[in-house]
Amino acid sequence: MTQLALVIDLNVCVGCHACVTSCKEWNTSGLSGPLSDFNAYGKDPTGTFFNRVQTFEVGVYPNTETVHFPKSCLHCEEPPCVPVCPTGASYKRAEDGIVLVDYDKCIGCKYCSWACPYGARELDENQKVMKKCTLCVDRIYDMNLPERERRPACVLSCPASARLFGDIHDPESEVSRAIREQGGFELMPEWGTKPANHYLPRRKMRLHLHEDELVRADNPLKKEEYMPKPDINEPTLDDVMPW
Amino acid sequence: MAPTYRADEPIPSEDRTGERKLDTTCYMCACRCGIRVTLKDGKVRYIEGNPDHPLNKGVICAKGASGIMKQYSPARLTKPLKRKAGAVRGEGKFEAISWEETFQILEERLGNIRATDPKQFALYTGRDQMQALTGLFAKQFGTPNYAAHGGFCSVNMAAGMVYTIGGSFWEFGGPDLDRAKLFVMIGTAEDHHSNPMKIALSQFKRNGGRFIAINPVRTGYAAIADEWVPIKPGTDGALFLALIHEILALGLYDRDFLVKYTNSAELVNMDEKSSEYGMFVRTEVPVEEGCFDPQNKLWWDREADRPVLSHAEGVDPFLMGEFALKDGTPVKPAFQLLKERVAEYTPEWAAGITGIPVETIRRLAHEMGVVARDQRIELPIAWTDAWGHEHQTMTGNPVSFHAMRGLAAHSNGFHTIRALSILMTVLGTIDRPGGFRHKAPFPRPIPPCPKTPSTPLAVKPNTPLDGMVLGWPADPDDLFVDDDGEPVRLDKAFSWEYPLAVHGLMHNAITNAWRGDPYKIDTLLIFMANMAWNSSMNTVNVRDMMADRDENGDYKIPFIVVADAFMSETVAFADLVLPDTTYLERHDVMSLLDRPISEFDGPVDSVRVPVLPPTGDCKPFQEVLIEIGSRLKLPAFVHADGRRKFRDYPDFIINYETEPGSGIGFLSGWRGNGGEKTLRGAPNPRQWEMYAANDCHYHYELPRSYQYMRNWNRGYLDWAQRHRLTRYAEPILIHLYSEVLQSFRLAAQGKGISRLPPQRLRKRVETFFDPLPFYYEPLESQRTDTAKYPLNAITQRPMAMYHSWDSQNAWLRQIHAHNYLYVNPKLAKGLGIDDGDWIWVESQWGKVRCMCRFSEAVEPGTVWTWNAIGKASGAWNLSPDANESQKGFLLNHLISEELPPEPVTGTRCSNSDPVTGQAAWFDVRVRIYKADAAEPEQTSPQFKPMTTPPGVRKRPKLWQALFGGSSEFDMSHTGERS
Amino acid sequence: MHPAFSVIFLTVLLGFGQGTFLALATAEIYAYFDLLPMPPQSYFNAAGAFVALAFLTGGLFASFFHLGRPERAWRTATKWRTSWLSREVIALPAFMGAVFLYLLVHFFEWNPVIIERIGAPPVTLSLVIVAIGTVLAFVLFVCTAMIYASLKFLQEWHTPLTVINYILIGGASGFLFTAVLASIVQPDLTYFFGGLSALLLVLATGTRIASLIRNLRLRPKSTLQTAIGVHHRQIAQKTQGAMGGSFNTREFFHGKSPLFLKSARWGFLVTAFLVPFALTIVAIAIERPEPLFLAVAIQAAGLLVERWFFFAEANHPQNIYYQSIA
Ligand SMILES: Nc1nc2c(c(=O)[nH]1)N[C@H]1C(S)=C(S)[C@@H](COP(=O)(O)OP(=O)(O)OC[C@H]3O[C@@H](n4cnc5c(=O)[nH]c(N)nc54)[C@H](O)[C@@H]3O)O[C@H]1N2
Ligand SMILES: Nc1nc2c(c(=O)[nH]1)N[C@H]1C(S)=C(S)[C@@H](COP(=O)(O)OP(=O)(O)OC[C@H]3O[C@@H](n4cnc5c(=O)[nH]c(N)nc54)[C@H](O)[C@@H]3O)O[C@H]1N2
Ligand code: SF4
Ligand code: SF4
Ligand code: SF4
Ligand code: SF4
Ligand code: SF4
Ligand SMILES: [Mo]
Repeated sequence: MTQLALVIDLNVCVGCHACVTSCKEWNTSGLSGPLSDFNAYGKDPTGTFFNRVQTFEVGVYPNTETVHFPKSCLHCEEPPCVPVCPTGASYKRAEDGIVLVDYDKCIGCKYCSWACPYGARELDENQKVMKKCTLCVDRIYDMNLPERERRPACVLSCPASARLFGDIHDPESEVSRAIREQGGFELMPEWGTKPANHYLPRRKMRLHLHEDELVRADNPLKKEEYMPKPDINEPTLDDVMPW
Repeated sequence: MAPTYRADEPIPSEDRTGERKLDTTCYMCACRCGIRVTLKDGKVRYIEGNPDHPLNKGVICAKGASGIMKQYSPARLTKPLKRKAGAVRGEGKFEAISWEETFQILEERLGNIRATDPKQFALYTGRDQMQALTGLFAKQFGTPNYAAHGGFCSVNMAAGMVYTIGGSFWEFGGPDLDRAKLFVMIGTAEDHHSNPMKIALSQFKRNGGRFIAINPVRTGYAAIADEWVPIKPGTDGALFLALIHEILALGLYDRDFLVKYTNSAELVNMDEKSSEYGMFVRTEVPVEEGCFDPQNKLWWDREADRPVLSHAEGVDPFLMGEFALKDGTPVKPAFQLLKERVAEYTPEWAAGITGIPVETIRRLAHEMGVVARDQRIELPIAWTDAWGHEHQTMTGNPVSFHAMRGLAAHSNGFHTIRALSILMTVLGTIDRPGGFRHKAPFPRPIPPCPKTPSTPLAVKPNTPLDGMVLGWPADPDDLFVDDDGEPVRLDKAFSWEYPLAVHGLMHNAITNAWRGDPYKIDTLLIFMANMAWNSSMNTVNVRDMMADRDENGDYKIPFIVVADAFMSETVAFADLVLPDTTYLERHDVMSLLDRPISEFDGPVDSVRVPVLPPTGDCKPFQEVLIEIGSRLKLPAFVHADGRRKFRDYPDFIINYETEPGSGIGFLSGWRGNGGEKTLRGAPNPRQWEMYAANDCHYHYELPRSYQYMRNWNRGYLDWAQRHRLTRYAEPILIHLYSEVLQSFRLAAQGKGISRLPPQRLRKRVETFFDPLPFYYEPLESQRTDTAKYPLNAITQRPMAMYHSWDSQNAWLRQIHAHNYLYVNPKLAKGLGIDDGDWIWVESQWGKVRCMCRFSEAVEPGTVWTWNAIGKASGAWNLSPDANESQKGFLLNHLISEELPPEPVTGTRCSNSDPVTGQAAWFDVRVRIYKADAAEPEQTSPQFKPMTTPPGVRKRPKLWQALFGGSSEFDMSHTGERS
Repeated sequence: MHPAFSVIFLTVLLGFGQGTFLALATAEIYAYFDLLPMPPQSYFNAAGAFVALAFLTGGLFASFFHLGRPERAWRTATKWRTSWLSREVIALPAFMGAVFLYLLVHFFEWNPVIIERIGAPPVTLSLVIVAIGTVLAFVLFVCTAMIYASLKFLQEWHTPLTVINYILIGGASGFLFTAVLASIVQPDLTYFFGGLSALLLVLATGTRIASLIRNLRLRPKSTLQTAIGVHHRQIAQKTQGAMGGSFNTREFFHGKSPLFLKSARWGFLVTAFLVPFALTIVAIAIERPEPLFLAVAIQAAGLLVERWFFFAEANHPQNIYYQSIA
């Protein structure tokens, strides 16, 4: 069975928020829009976003790592948010594993958001229905779009290509390979939700120098030893040796 | 309610009837990515990156994707405005007027100025991408008082590198991350090459490159670095000099590169009594007129042990040593002088200044040197050098650097950047695979040819300025000063105070005009710069100056015109407001005459075409300039008989030529009648359509053999000359040793053969015009009680905000609604400050109350904040209690536009680099302390809330939801759409 | 979690309603086995059923305030196979129906005998309804409590104690209320209900304190480390990605200080348990109903605090992701 998902490479994510606003932009006017904003030009502006980028600091100065951390619905394989929904508005699609909300059924009881350990759902407080990442289901199957564009908006936008998209059940897919080869991990594995979205860890590139690399035969300094020829008239042994 | 999905039904496809996709160029920032705008029924549905665009290859950034919310922002100006009779400047009380009235006011006022004293008109432009046009307008008007943002932005970067290698970072060149193995990024948070940098950086990391970030702060790009090297602000010069020291000491430099492609081996006159002291020794080779660097210097032949003409066939010169010419003149190769210069600059010395451990400094030098030497790239590209030697391969030493304002925005930035350029040079990484690479029209001769006039006589009534408004002085005779050596320009650029101020000093213009030093002006036109806020230092006082009146009750700056698209802080100070269109509503050109979007592989320029009609009475500022230019009968805009030459801006772009028949215009692509010519050719009436049909850009890919080593590449140089990118096709040798600087120093020492600086500035010029880079503590620190103000305060650009202009953007402001001062917990705890506390930040100039946020990712002697998030209350049509004004703050209040008077002479100088006039934003020293518990939880200073002028739409209350493509907004309370 | 007043009222009122009905049921069963000096009279039962129904209706009414789109509330009944919320939505009207029938039976005093067996008292319609109603009351308790107890990430709730507490607290409050009602309508039953309410209160106090102790000892299973998959001892969030707050910052955190929380805990222990218990004992001892009135009033207030605390105390793991703005 297909399980579509995002794989987010923390090794290259620079925290630019492109995925945040391109998601908002696509979806507010898309099939699952609008995404309402409250106090858009006033105090404490707030609104519905499907994807947020957060920042964490790891370690103590000067050994600090700054980690940018994008998070949207993880499309869990065992999604705790789905069975709790009393109306069936929340569901997981059998054919591709995308977890969706049917706004026409949702009563805005928020129970599903309580059941999501990841804080990935957001109630649209204007429309009073629960919203969340749809994995851009209205893009990826839209045959009116060129094939290249049949990918989530956030994936297309990401300047660092830190967001991979594909079927994690297909072992040959780019995402499966990335998870396998680069140590892809799940968030909060302790709950057994089996998030479909995975994250790739930071990696470090180091250089090891050997002593002898700093002293080499072809050192150009050798060419700079200025040895002017002595004046022909300067004393030599020729002047004193009798034989 | 929007249609949604049913568990039991297939996902419906979006209804795409009434949809159109149009390509244009983004302008949510200066990066200029290609975008594809989807319109539905004439409304923006979606903006995405254009996959066929060379710059961004389909990606977009947070700002670009929020363009819709800029288009529909409630902060937009939509009508020309005149200050209400009787209203006080700064109150922002306006009446709407017609464009005809607007033009009449301008025509009359500017006409009078031009007929009497053109320099009474000053034109300053901020994040403008058409300086070629605004500069042309100023020149045609005849005023010397023109500058764009470069002086307060990063002119140190441009000048420091262009005067050294003939090209620069910024938009003019960059690191070849495609082939680099080691990449060192210094003092960069975001930069103009926003998306391309991110694309390249992730590719570089995926390919296994090693990435080192040198920055007092670890965020953004530095976050994903393999190694973060925290450094004390303003000390990078010391680090680079120590790296050069170590590299020279170990012989890790690229000798061959230095000999052939730089002036390292050229012999410098060391006779202190000579008027040529410190200049290169020249032989009798006929000197050509102009800007270029004649190849008439000497080398010392290693084999023959005698001086020879540089680049003499088969000669291997000494780089080190000291010699005497036949006439007894002592000489040394320039490289020897560099070696002597860095002798004292040991890693141990630098460690004490930079705060970087000495082992780290050594290791960095070794890594750079060994990677450059041992991981050398050989590309199978044959090329011919400027001396006619053929090379079978193109070699590269794969160590790349990138640096920006972290180096530039310090008063020692010019020399720091010279030091970095020289570091890159000794590693042999200039315009080579895996190193630094130029972008057309760079490299330029050193210095580039354009010059300003050099005398006040060049400013004459009813006459265009005799010379360029901005230029590149090669020696003191190129300065724009009067007989006493005093400035001709209002901002004092190109004077002895800031001789190489190649981008002007906008940050001093208002203060100077207010004070009448060097003179008073009449009309100040500000375009796309928020000078009453974030692009001025000392903002509180500058605002007062803008509204200040003399004894007669007249404004000290009599007339202020602001051309803006939004309700910025500066708009409140205008007498006349010209409402501009947004980038989606106008034609624009990113021209080779200005700042094109060239790639490493060749010139690229691009355009914007309108995808939407103008909103309200908005008019593109370009159209306004052409209209005024035509009405004032500026020669470039009218025929000889005074008839208007250009219908409008698009017509101007197509038909304007730099000189009649020159074939050089704003756009380089599809020139010639049928679009068959490149770079140079007759005007093409269908040029706009051809750009529009080609993703709004023109990309000329150079032959592979012309893509590297362009300073010395015969093929490239000839090509550039033939296509009139440059006048000369001489090799552009790297100025490891700068004779240009030495010529100013000689003048200051009274030795030169040119003009001499006024007495009060001699010491200053002598000190700072050192032909070799040296380290000095930033000027402000030198004149600050650093025991009292121990900390450095700096800013960074957030990736999701552009300067001051995105707070009006409903989506972006949710990411950065206000800002904190980031403080290392170790520092804060010692001061009894806790995370989230309200604190005071105080410099010797002023103080600001704000909130503190702990961060382990900042050097403990440094505090920092995001730039320009704080706003004045009510500006940008935000509610007066918006976070931006109540919790957000502007660091600029703490930064002075002038330095404390010089202790001995009492001379007043700009808070800028003494060589280039670059604004020293990052020099400010501060202390922090906890705010009293009784104080309000609100930032200080506060300003009276700005009033909303006519034509600006009401901001929506409570809910807002964009549903692009159908109706603009849904602002109902229920969220039900009909 | 952020305690929503709709849910606080919903659960407290339902508890009252269920408890009251269970009290009536207990009296009837006692009477059936002839353990009461004087069986409950129809008018008493009717009054009691009316009050219980009023509580339940009030709860139902409050629940609508919790829904964003109450007009679609009917849909909530569809997912009873998986959702405790859905089950509650079915159990509540079913239970209310039983109470309503019970009200009718006693209001119209039409209580035919349904089963007659030799050697045992006849089983009346009322008794049958009592049996069904009792089952439904417990089902409803379980459904309501399981809405919370089934969420395993909310470790404070994810325990059988949640179900037990809902039953015992609801029961105690209902019995106490019934005692007060009896003191007005059928005073001879006052101390029967009073005594049972005191007993239930003792049990409830025990299990509630047990849950408090358990929760104080809980170690959160999710940490910053598991949340972002970085294994380092020192991790701190700097930005949560939205400065003006978001649904995630409003829905899952009470926004009150630890001190406030602590006061609330002691507050409800005193007002919902200790004081009502003491007053009930006093009432029984002095055989005067007035202290019971006071006890009900104080307990009602205390239970609102208890329920507020119940929600506030629950620490949602999602909060790990929403700690800091900058
Ligand atoms: N998103 C976004 N992009 C932008 C802009 C924007 O406003 N928003 N503005 C555009 C403009 S006009 C410009 S000029 C460019 C500028 O782009 P950048 O040059 O990246 O400018 P800053 O954000 O000022 O970054 C300065 C960096 O230098 C560091 N720094 C400060 N002092 C020192 C020092 O002494 N040594 C070292 N090593 N580092 C130091 C700071 O910590 C910071 O990381 O960005 C452009 N791009
Ligand atoms: N403390 C501190 N201060 C700094 C810096 C720093 O690092 N630290 N950086 C400095 C640098 S590098 C720069 S470049 C400056 C930038 O400073 P400014 O040049 O002042 O830039 P903005 O704030 O973007 O303001 C530009 C103005 O252009 C307007 N605008 C936007 N779009 C349009 C348009 O399409 N047409 C017209 N006519 N107007 C438009 C905006 O509304 C705004 O009023 O700030 C400088 N100030
Ligand atoms: S767009 Fe890509 S790089 Fe930017 S924050 Fe999102 S994932 Fe990270
Ligand atoms: S991340 Fe949350 S909302 Fe998404 S499927 Fe998993 S539990 Fe459900
Ligand atoms: S809020 Fe909507 S989707 Fe979530 S549980 Fe309630 S009905 Fe289901
Ligand atoms: S997949 Fe689509 S809906 Fe989900 S975060 Fe990305 S852009 Fe948003
Ligand atoms: S980087 Fe600048 S030009 Fe490119 S998409 Fe972003 S805002 Fe637009
Ligand atoms: Mo800038």
